[in-house]
Amino acid sequence: MQHRVTEFLVGLLFGVGLIVAGMTDPSKVLGFLDLAGTWDPSLALVMGGGILVGLGAFATAKKRTTTFFGGAMHLPTSTDIDKRLIGGGLLFGAGWGLAGLCPGPAIVSMGAGQPKAAVFVAAMLAGMAVFEGVERMQARKSAGAH
Amino acid sequence: MTIDWNHFTPWTALAGGILLGLASAMFILVNGRVLGISGIVGGLLRPKTGDAGWRISFVLGMLAAPLLYMLVAGPVPATIDAGWGTVVLAGLFVGVGTRYGSGCTSGHGVCGLSRLSPRSLAATLSFMGAGFAIVFLVRHVLA
Repeated sequence: MQHRVTEFLVGLLFGVGLIVAGMTDPSKVLGFLDLAGTWDPSLALVMGGGILVGLGAFATAKKRTTTFFGGAMHLPTSTDIDKRLIGGGLLFGAGWGLAGLCPGPAIVSMGAGQPKAAVFVAAMLAGMAVFEGVERMQARKSAGAH
Repeated sequence: MTIDWNHFTPWTALAGGILLGLASAMFILVNGRVLGISGIVGGLLRPKTGDAGWRISFVLGMLAAPLLYMLVAGPVPATIDAGWGTVVLAGLFVGVGTRYGSGCTSGHGVCGLSRLSPRSLAATLSFMGAGFAIVFLVRHVLA
């Protein structure tokens, strides 16, 4: 139960951070992505601030095998730089640039009662479901081939 | 390139970024998880036993954030100018792209770069590059 509380609080803190940073305002995000227009560099500082704190935290996490409370540490193990990673990144970036929304800010804006953000989240979930469906189909196909 | 000094908000951007970093730090050191929104949400679509609770708690916290912010600070700036069709298309792209690319702005951009992961750097360069390119196309070529 204690974990459910900390997870909720981290989600709350992250959401407030996104609002304070200006990430929930698509016009601000697009102002950052518009290098050829009048460029608003603010979001570079958002990322910089996050990484500044994150560097210490992940350096600590890498040295440990468990969390501060003795739980399992789930650090990513994949190091592959392949077509999936780059292609997925390009597609995500295109969607990000079209509406000025990425997953976190979209969920927070939905919580703020923005109907378009709710539609965006629904479409995003549909896209994720398509991915799951294709993955499952391919897993079945390759299992049948052996 | 001209800097948009009227809209440049260095201090709130930095402060917000530090909050994102603190949340990511707590999540890995207390809960043992990388704070990546697309992964957390995407995992809810193929729930394994005992793997959904933490995801739901986190998302509920995110949904509560604007309510807390509105109580303390005021309205949340979140005007979406894109039309409905664009919003749907963008959402689909983001959903499929983040799952194939194993992450988004939070998991790769903040946590991955903080972990000094070359894989996350490659992903971040991909989505930032595509973001810059599509905005250039929409605002300066097609407009």
